[in-house]
Amino acid sequence: MTYQADDRGYYGDFGGAFIPEMLYPNVEELRSQYVQIMQEPSFQEEFKQLLKDYVGRPTPLYYAERFSKKYGTKIYLKREDLCHTGAHKVNNTIGQILMAKRLGKNRIIAETGAGQHGVATATVCALMGLECIVYMGAIDIERQAPNVARMKMLGATVRPAMSGSRTLKDATNEAIRDWINNPVDTHYIIGSVVGPHPYPDMVARFQSVISEETKKQLLEKEGRENPDYVVACVGGGSNAAGLYYHYLDEPEVGIIAVEAAGKGIDSGESAATSALGREGIIHGSKTLLMQTDDGQITEPYSISAGLDYPGVGPMHAHLFRSGRGEFISVTDQDAMTAGLELSKLEGIIPAIETSHALAIFETRKFKEDDVVVINLSGRGDKDLNTFIEYFDL
Amino acid sequence: MNRIQQKLQEDKKLLSLYFTAGYPAINDTLSILTQLQDNGVDMVEIGLPFSDPLADGPTIQASSTAALNNGMTTTLLFEQLKDVRKTIHIPLILMGYFNPMLQYGVEQFCAKCQEIGIDGIIMPDLPLAEYETDYKAIFEKYGLINVFLITPQTSDDRIRQIDAASDGFIYMVSSASTTGNISGFGNTQSDYFKRIARMNLKNPQVVGFGIKDAQTFAAATEYQKGAIIGSAFIKHITENGAESVAEFIKKIR
Repeated sequence: MTYQADDRGYYGDFGGAFIPEMLYPNVEELRSQYVQIMQEPSFQEEFKQLLKDYVGRPTPLYYAERFSKKYGTKIYLKREDLCHTGAHKVNNTIGQILMAKRLGKNRIIAETGAGQHGVATATVCALMGLECIVYMGAIDIERQAPNVARMKMLGATVRPAMSGSRTLKDATNEAIRDWINNPVDTHYIIGSVVGPHPYPDMVARFQSVISEETKKQLLEKEGRENPDYVVACVGGGSNAAGLYYHYLDEPEVGIIAVEAAGKGIDSGESAATSALGREGIIHGSKTLLMQTDDGQITEPYSISAGLDYPGVGPMHAHLFRSGRGEFISVTDQDAMTAGLELSKLEGIIPAIETSHALAIFETRKFKEDDVVVINLSGRGDKDLNTFIEYFDL
Repeated sequence: MNRIQQKLQEDKKLLSLYFTAGYPAINDTLSILTQLQDNGVDMVEIGLPFSDPLADGPTIQASSTAALNNGMTTTLLFEQLKDVRKTIHIPLILMGYFNPMLQYGVEQFCAKCQEIGIDGIIMPDLPLAEYETDYKAIFEKYGLINVFLITPQTSDDRIRQIDAASDGFIYMVSSASTTGNISGFGNTQSDYFKRIARMNLKNPQVVGFGIKDAQTFAAATEYQKGAIIGSAFIKHITENGAESVAEFIKKIR
């Protein structure tokens, strides 16, 4: 029994590749080669070197003493916020840009919501001198001006997605349409563990460096590789997949996924997919997603743009359905409060996405000697305006 | 024999039209179908609108969004079509995306299609492998022909697999593109049309994407059995109204 993807890209009932035939050659090219390419020694060497010298890995595993004391348990923070560009997203874009080069692609496309993945993609394209086009919802472009400017400074073209609700879901649709129209020279760098097989597995593998390091670091600090719990926020779920990866098949490690409840699960303004979603197809993957009875995909809501996605990666859908993962949802208000609290207790300003994971301790109690590792997936710089408005700072 | 198979045996080039159900107005479905039949159209793809139509360009996206805003649903479309076979005798194909079909229930959806007299299904995001493993038996039980797409990038091996799995026609996408995104046909298309014709597939092919007038229709049907027009037709009824079908068909043949 494993919680990893099988060779058809299924996690239990979820996953697969529900793509139009126009995408088949691109996706098949990637599917048939990704594992082999990733395992080549030259690939591994280049990937590890860039993670070390360019991204700044390994990121610290930090024992948060004052935060731990407040909640009466041992809390470690995996400091992905210290990665270059400010979040874990760059682990995946480094991996995929190397993959694109080996596949002979010279044009890169990506989707972005808040702009974090767009910035991480524009960054690696600048690094490798490749053309970069980022699709971003027209509404998000207005909301996230600093990240739009960053992408432009890095040489990327930002194209507004004008269709549908003009947010992340539609930016993803536009990126997929671009790939249909440019099937030969283009690689699509998806930013999360979503999309058709092999993306969820490939992105999880690139992000798995998070749990690989955590195991070594925890052994040094606690004398054991396995914590009692790993905790991460889940939108599409790439930072969570990275932290869970090497613990998926270790049953003594509890897996906790934290989703965005927005203004409350029953408010009609929420992004808690496990609670509100049903099985269906989104962006080429069979997974849980928020939709109408008629099967139209609906628009989620969260104060955090990074969790504002109507689906969830198929790995997480399977963790939910199988009961392997414990799913908790946290409101805007509780997340914002937790973000402010961590800032004051530890001197670390977290991203609002990450703040959701930090907010569970008010209600989810742990034993005093439990070791809980939280993925501190991103820093809060990008969210400063939201914090300023919310707390009237 | 299914109406699609019968139609494919006729000794003529087939003209097939796509329109989005519920567009421009929610109750235009039957009127558009009647006009298409009266003007000699051979076959129709009725589009079931979806919120996230990945394979479609701006024209069909906009018509889908408008149709959904008008209140179109799977249930309502089936209701509108319940007596369609009293007046419409040409082959009818439902075309859409897989999620709404999955939510309706694949078996219930297929049963309803048979009850109404739908002859075939085109679900671009239901791929060959998933279809054969999980859904083929259900489609066949209700006498529905599933139509697969191929593109200029589809390998010969895969075209052979798709040909083997098909029992009606193959939908040949004219170029690597979303719908409504091509201005005309060049040598690339003509080479592709010839290459596929030379493969001697057991299923006839019908070309779609990029057909908009008499010239492109003639080019698309030089080597293939027929052609499908979608975006150009939607554009026409957007500009000229849902009662202007005859005017459009006259420009094609």
